[in-house]
Parts: sequence; structure tokens; C-alpha cells
Amino acid sequence: MDLYEFQAKELFGRHGIPVPAGRVATTPAQAGAIAAELNAPVVIKAQVKTGGRGKAGGIRSAAGPVTAEVEADRVLGMDIKGHVARAVLVETATVPFEEYYAAFLVDRAEGGFLAMVSSQGGMEIEELAATDPDALVKLPVDPVSGVDAETARALAAKAGLPEQAAGVLEQLWRVLVAEDALLVEVNPLICTTDQRIVALDGKVTLDDNAAFRHSREPEEQADGLEARARAKGLNYVKLDGRVGVIGNGAGLVMSTLDVVAGAGAAPANFLDIGGGASAKVMADGLEIILADPDVRSVLVNVFGGITACDAVASGIVTALELLGERGHGRPIVVRLDGNNAEVGRRILSDARHPAVRQVSTMDGAAETAARLAAGA
Amino acid sequence: MAIFLTKDSRVLVQGMTGAEGSRHTARMLAAGTDIVAGVTPGKGGRSLDFGERAVPVFGSVAEAMAETGADVSVVFVPPRFTGSAVEEAVEAGIPLCVVITEGVPVHDAVRFRALASGRTRIIGPNCPGLISPGQSSAGIIPADITSAGRIGLVSKSGTLTYQLMYELRDLGFSTAVGIGGDPVVGTTHIDCLKAFQDDPGTDAIVMIGEIGGDAEERAAAYIAANVTKPVIAYVAGFTAPEGRTMGHAGAIVSGSSGTAQAKKEALEAVGVRVGRTPSETARLLRAGVSS
Repeated sequence: MDLYEFQAKELFGRHGIPVPAGRVATTPAQAGAIAAELNAPVVIKAQVKTGGRGKAGGIRSAAGPVTAEVEADRVLGMDIKGHVARAVLVETATVPFEEYYAAFLVDRAEGGFLAMVSSQGGMEIEELAATDPDALVKLPVDPVSGVDAETARALAAKAGLPEQAAGVLEQLWRVLVAEDALLVEVNPLICTTDQRIVALDGKVTLDDNAAFRHSREPEEQADGLEARARAKGLNYVKLDGRVGVIGNGAGLVMSTLDVVAGAGAAPANFLDIGGGASAKVMADGLEIILADPDVRSVLVNVFGGITACDAVASGIVTALELLGERGHGRPIVVRLDGNNAEVGRRILSDARHPAVRQVSTMDGAAETAARLAAGA
Repeated sequence: MAIFLTKDSRVLVQGMTGAEGSRHTARMLAAGTDIVAGVTPGKGGRSLDFGERAVPVFGSVAEAMAETGADVSVVFVPPRFTGSAVEEAVEAGIPLCVVITEGVPVHDAVRFRALASGRTRIIGPNCPGLISPGQSSAGIIPADITSAGRIGLVSKSGTLTYQLMYELRDLGFSTAVGIGGDPVVGTTHIDCLKAFQDDPGTDAIVMIGEIGGDAEERAAAYIAANVTKPVIAYVAGFTAPEGRTMGHAGAIVSGSSGTAQAKKEALEAVGVRVGRTPSETARLLRAGVSS
């Protein structure tokens, strides 16, 4: 889960990393009130989980409460690369003397942790890595011993950061560890004219698998269907096509989406019902997919591995009974393969459900679903 | 022949007394696996009946290894206890530890991977395990969908593994390894490619990848330099939107990195044929083996 800048800075503050004074606002009036409270020139920053806010006009300066209110009104509701700014961070304007870059992250390739530090902050890190790779210090961090004061000092010195930045690096590492983060990034980390080190921006990705160790606020759901699916414990991602897809196993479902696309139709969603595929889960899944008005046909692609196909087929039959009229007659193409596939197919054909069509191969089923979605 | 797991492997199950643990222990026994022990802290001294076979339960991995000569552990422990269970197995010096559990915190995986370095091979977490058909199965891969043969398979995905094993069931497999879909896993595509290349019982290799990270790109470079056996690949997730996690915790396209297209291109650039669908991948393998 990615955090908003204001959430990242709250975490930083809790771990002793200096951040500008400020608070989040969801209305222009609130923004004005915060600016009045801060009693200094402020910056209004759109809270969106994407880069390039500045260029898009999502970061604005205001001399005081009156301007803050006006600027917040311009930023709130702004669409930045498909992300709508529903909140702004109002914080004391802080002038950098120098800008640096600092991050700790999980290094997937090496299965460890990585420190990335540079004295050239402020620009996108991909850009820096491409234009001036020598200016970016990348060092593996020992996962067992971590980053202590000495390691932090060495890291700061190697990257050309002032000595007082070492303390912030050590604290930033502690955020990664204490919060079970996959990424903590400060860009820019600045040194002010009075020699203070301040985190001017913050990006944090938390590990969802570690949620049980923390009391975290749940992530808000943008799409209504995704929220409903999550409430039912389903692994669902809304896409923008017309073929609804249900399958068992993340890899097989991703593959099914690709095969549907290869057949000339766009998939409407990703939905993995997992290994068990009980009638209840199948019914929940079908219900979510058929609640999507864009869906013209549904493709159920199940490989019976541990679960035999006869159990899956019974699940589909029960699911269709549970759903009743809610299917609105949209065709459901089913492909069953693997354990007991023949018995499963017979169960489905004996049920003679008018919406169900069986196709024996994955490629063939995708083609049929694509054709049906196109209105044939 | 096979890699990592053979008929001589002596398997213990951590978490055998739990629902998942006992269910899959019964399946592994049915697949011919020599299951010699279960481990559940505080429950040592009893035994669990699986039909004709009673499997003794020990309170620790070290004790189970000393008493039974176990050399493989399969972990079915819930996520919050998985880290310490794996560390215990590593401390006890088990040569192979297969972590089935889904939802293990990434920091825990990084830590046990580091501790295991040079001591224990870890497979997973969030994986279906591995099977050497006709010999042994450590994990949850169904044993009755394929046969023993001379194809090696390595995959991030469970059901895609099953799909390919089933499509190629007449040819059969030496070993199929599900390495898991988490961002950090103990055994990589490259580790398996190396083992299959060195295994006299493997003639050809199927490699299944998916979006996220650059493991497939690295595997491509490794294949070009080190693998002479035919490799056929499949990559899932061409239609995955940027920034969304697709089921597996590690299956995410971040910005322009981790895309299926980049992985396919990297593999094709070194002469590995990449199927557009699982079925086409199976056809390509057949063509590669017969030529």
C-alpha cells in the first residue's frame, strides 16, 4: 500500500525525522485556517499517489491564509494523471539551500535491502540514474545488522551529504524496519540556509502482508466494485473491457486476461477465486462481475489441481441458482480442465443452464467469450 | 533423476497438526513422499495417523532431524509464525526448506533468506512447493495430473504450473518447482535453471514468469551464458495495468519496469521461444524436444 505524502510525513515525524510544520485539508476553508495557524508563508500540495505534481500545477505557494484558501480551491479536485486530489497538505514554506535524495527499499533482485543516496536531489530518481549514475550511491544493507550510526555516517560521506544528514538516514532506516515498509524515499531531503536537515517530501510503500503487526488505517477504495469485492474477501481488480474473467490462481487469471486480449477483446476485470473455489466464493465472484454494467460476457477459467473439477462444476451450478435473475442473461463461458474435468463438464451439461456454454480449451473459451462480448 | 527432491528425501512437516498441514501431509504421503516427522512446538511426543502410517510429532526441527534423519522441511505455519519457524529450520541446519505459507511479511523473508545463505535452500514463500513425479512431493502440487519424465519446470505461479504439467503429462517431468509469487523468494528462476542444466535426468526446461521485478530478464542473461538445454518460456500479465497488484504480492508493474513485454523481449533476444498462451507454450516445447 502506497501512502500519501502527508501520511508518510506523519510517520517520519513519529520517528524523529524533521518535516515542515503542516496539516492536511480537504476544503479551501480548512486550508486557510491551517495557514492562519502556521502564521507564515505556506505551500499547498495536492495529495495524489503519483509523481509529477509540480509540473501539473499541484504544488502552489501562498503568502497567507487568504491566498492559501484561493490556491487550495484551485488544487482540490485537480486531476493529475488520473489521480484526483481530494486533499491538500498545507505546510510552512521551507527554502532549500541544498537538495539531496535518500531512500531505503527492498531489493527484489537480490532478496535484500538497498540504500540509495545522492547529493543531487529534487529531480526524478530514474532521471538521475540515467543522466548522472555516478551521483547515485547504491549500497546493499545487511538485513540482520541493518543501518547503525556508523553505517549511516559512511553512507552520507560516500554520497557527499553533510554530516548532520547521517542522523536522518539512520532514522529513515528505522522507519523502514519499524513500519514494515517496502520503500521509504525522501526527495528532496534538504539542508536549509540555517543548516537544518528537513524531509521536504515523502514516499512510503507499506507491506500489506505485515498489516497484522501494525494498526493501520485501511486504504480507501476508488472503485465501488473493488470495495464490494474486498468486503467479500475477493481478489478483484477492475479493468475497462467487456469480458468478465474468473479463474483460480493469480498466474492463471493473468494468463486468461492475456488470452482474452489475444482473442481481440478487452478483459473487464481480474478475479482470482483461489484454490478452493467453493460454491459460495464462485457465487460471490459471479455476482461482482455481473454487477459490472460493462460486462457483456463472462469467462470462467478453472484448472482443477487440488480441487477436482466436479466440485468446481457443482460450485458453478449452485452459484447460478443463488444468483437467479441477477445474471440478466449474459452468457457465461466455462472452461474446466485438469482433475475430474469430464465429470465436471457432465455436471454442467446436465444442469442445462441457458446462460452457460462450455468450451474445452482455454484458448477456445477465450475466443468464444470475446465473440459473445462483441455482440455476436 | 530430479533436482532438489528425490525418492530418498526424508520430509518433515512444520505445522503438520494444523488443518492445512494435516490435509496436505495426507496428500504428500499418497504421492509417495517419505514423510518422517511433523513439528509443532509444544506438541512433541504424540503421533498423527494417516491411514496405515503414523507420523511422529516433535517439538522442534532439531529434535525431528536428530530422531528421523529428515533433510527437507515443508512449512504450513500461519504467516505471523512463519519467520520464526523457518529460522528454526535454518538453525537446525536442514538442507531444504519449502515455505508454502502465503502472506509472509517481506521483511521476514529477507531476514530468513539472509540467515539461510550458504546453509539452507529455501523455496518460497507463497509457493506450491516442488514435485519430482513418481518420487516425492514437498508442498501442494497435485501428484495425479502428470507423470514422471524428462522436462524440468520452474514457475512463479501455481495454477500455471499445473496447467503446463497437465498439457505435457504424456511427456512427463523430472521436477517441477513453484518458486512463489512474492517480491522476495529464497530460490530464483536462475537457481532452478542451473540445477536443471546440471541434472542428467532433464532434457528440456519450461520457465514460467509473470509481471513484476526483473527475475526473468536476469534469467535470460543466465540462459544465454550457461544453459545449453532447450528452454521454452511463458510470461503472464501483458494486460495488467500499471501500479496494481495482480493477486501475487510481487506481481506489479511499477512505472515502466516489470512489464511482461520487457520480459518476453529479453527472453526472445537470447533465443528462448516464448508462447503466447500456455497451450502454445506446450506446443513449442513438444516441437523443441522432437527436433
